[in-house]
Amino acid sequence: MFQILKAEKLADKIYLMDVEAPRVAKSCLPGEFVIVKMDEVGERIPLTICDYDREKGTVTIVIQVVGASTQRMCEMQAGDAFQDFVGPLGRPSEFVNEDPESLKQKKIVFVAGGLGTAPVYPQVKWLHEHGVDADVIVGARNREMVILEDEMRAVAGNLYITTDDGSYVRKGMGTDVLRELVEKEGKHYDVCVAIGPMIMMKFVCLLTKELGIHTIVSMNPVMVDGTGMCGACRLTVGGQVKFACVDGPEFDGHLVDFDEAMKRQQMYKTQEGRALLKLQEGDTHHGGCGNCGGDK
Amino acid sequence: MDVLKKVPVREQDPKVRATNFDEVCLGYNKEEAMTEASRCLKCKNARCMGGCPVSINIPGFIREVEKGDFEAAAKVIAEASALPAVCGRVCPQESQCEGVCVRGIKGEPISIGKLERFVADWSRENGFVPAAPEKTNGHKVAVIGSGPSGLTCAGDLAKMGYEVTIFEALHQPGGVLIYGIPEFRLPKDTVVKTEIENVKKLGVKIETDVVIGKSVTIDELLEEEGFEAVFIGSGAGLPMFMGIPGENANGVFSANEYLTRSNLMKAFRDDYDTPIAAGKKVAVVGGGNVAMDAARTALRLGADVHIVYRRSEAELPARVEEVHHAKEEGIQFDLLTNPTEILTDEKGWVRGMRCIRMELGEPDASGRRRPVPIPGSEFEMELDTVIMSLGTSPNPLISSTTKGLETNRRKCIVAEESTGKTSREGVFAGGDAVTGAATVILAMEAGRAGARGIHEFLSGKSE
Repeated sequence: MFQILKAEKLADKIYLMDVEAPRVAKSCLPGEFVIVKMDEVGERIPLTICDYDREKGTVTIVIQVVGASTQRMCEMQAGDAFQDFVGPLGRPSEFVNEDPESLKQKKIVFVAGGLGTAPVYPQVKWLHEHGVDADVIVGARNREMVILEDEMRAVAGNLYITTDDGSYVRKGMGTDVLRELVEKEGKHYDVCVAIGPMIMMKFVCLLTKELGIHTIVSMNPVMVDGTGMCGACRLTVGGQVKFACVDGPEFDGHLVDFDEAMKRQQMYKTQEGRALLKLQEGDTHHGGCGNCGGDK
Repeated sequence: MDVLKKVPVREQDPKVRATNFDEVCLGYNKEEAMTEASRCLKCKNARCMGGCPVSINIPGFIREVEKGDFEAAAKVIAEASALPAVCGRVCPQESQCEGVCVRGIKGEPISIGKLERFVADWSRENGFVPAAPEKTNGHKVAVIGSGPSGLTCAGDLAKMGYEVTIFEALHQPGGVLIYGIPEFRLPKDTVVKTEIENVKKLGVKIETDVVIGKSVTIDELLEEEGFEAVFIGSGAGLPMFMGIPGENANGVFSANEYLTRSNLMKAFRDDYDTPIAAGKKVAVVGGGNVAMDAARTALRLGADVHIVYRRSEAELPARVEEVHHAKEEGIQFDLLTNPTEILTDEKGWVRGMRCIRMELGEPDASGRRRPVPIPGSEFEMELDTVIMSLGTSPNPLISSTTKGLETNRRKCIVAEESTGKTSREGVFAGGDAVTGAATVILAMEAGRAGARGIHEFLSGKSE
């Protein structure tokens, strides 16, 4: 069992938890992820590593409610424990293996969308600890959905926040900010790291292709085992089939087939939604979700 | 009784079992087992033992069954195998012990597999547990993977007095016995869990949720955690796909994914959260045991199922019993047929598969006649789900994170067959990680060899 030491609500349907997992905490690096299975009947859910403390043996994760398992997971409190917590999985971000001196010469910009702020944070923090101050653009739906602002500000070079509805700092998308920084303020970036919803990463990639900035994205497809065994997370990168869990999750964004990846992400949407409705409405759920056949 | 014929084994009716996940084969009862055992000629030069990869004393245990001393029979089997209830169910007996049985020259061979299963089931029901060693020898050994090779290696080492810890990447021990082979062929709660518990009762510890190469490396196990030797039994690895257009469409799965969702995650049960897109019209591409398992799972989830295989029935790699059961249950076989494209709708879901008919040409490197496409024979199948069961390629996680571990052209770990010894001192390997996808019993044989190799290595070191 893996004990939850802290559980905190960050925004609507978004929760942060510190979990005791010494093996993961000891070996994890930015860019990697974990899989959490809360109890016997739960799904194996791939989750972002948001932070880690090697001494305390804890890993910080951020969870968003999307289906029945994540709903039940988010109801857990400090003192509760997850049945399974396995990782780190995937490959670390490229820069952790780069020569520190040449890394310091690089101008890096991160574009984080919504929940994507969580996996961006440990990368920016790692760079900061290695003497590299990266610019960070955080885009969120509205003021309430901006997460980890203070933490990010402490480790970022410049932090730019933007909201879809303009309720905080400025109105617009992360891509609008990036375009302005490059075209109006004359900033130069060697690398862009974009993490967020697939549609957002797709649009960042279209922009950075135009601007000529090498771009890394972190893909979050459907997964089961997370160790390369099932192939559910496969996607096409540069015309080749790759498994996000062992070849990724980070890839050259200009080579990723986003349209295919987005279609594949829909695969279990209906089943997940169905399970969630069943959980929320219990025996009172008699159709309406359009999928369960309950209205027949 | 006709001595030339096997005592028939009771099975669930095909029509009934096609709708449930309960075990198909019901096994022998005491009387049936004793009658079947009486057919055994108890050959002095027992060819069946030579046909058994782990060399169970087959005439020895059958003699005890005939006498009705099932505990004695269990003890004979336990000398050689830690997983008899599993092997009795999933070994390809027709090409091993039963294939060389002298009784089989004129008539049917002894039903050795069913007898082994009977003894193992009797042991479980009557609480017979193999004895643990009185004290350990103080040497620590790590075993990676809790599938058939890992469990066997760990069990053998524990019996010799070693302190063994198994590291398992998934949340449940058992490897392919849990995630791969379905419930209706190998019941999990009764059969698999009991055999794993028996290995634990020998003193073996199992730590789940540890991915070797990621959570901790082999170098760290040897240098920091005090293990003196490591056995790698990490299994087959990454599923292969055909590389045809449309293969990433929604509704195309690897057999590994389909089976893992159903077996490990229990997606077929309403009380578990993991979903499975069961499909109504399913094609399973491939002809091995895994293909049969996926097809029969899809059938039980309510689908109309076709097996699509590019060679003919004679070349089907699956066990005869599995093919027979699949046919009885209503699975249709499209043999000498090869997919060329998966057809999708505008939303990216499977709507069908284009295939081409094949004929058999000259023998290829495997000695089997090579299937060749028949020009102009393309046709379309209407489908909503395609399950690819084409085998696996090795997972690079361990080989890429362990210093000095040699792999071959196919990226499999190189290991000596008789000892499991690899290019790295103190590191041994066996099972699918070495051979590529094979059978449970061959993995167990490799686990035994690994245990012998480790014992030689460590006893040599302490002298």
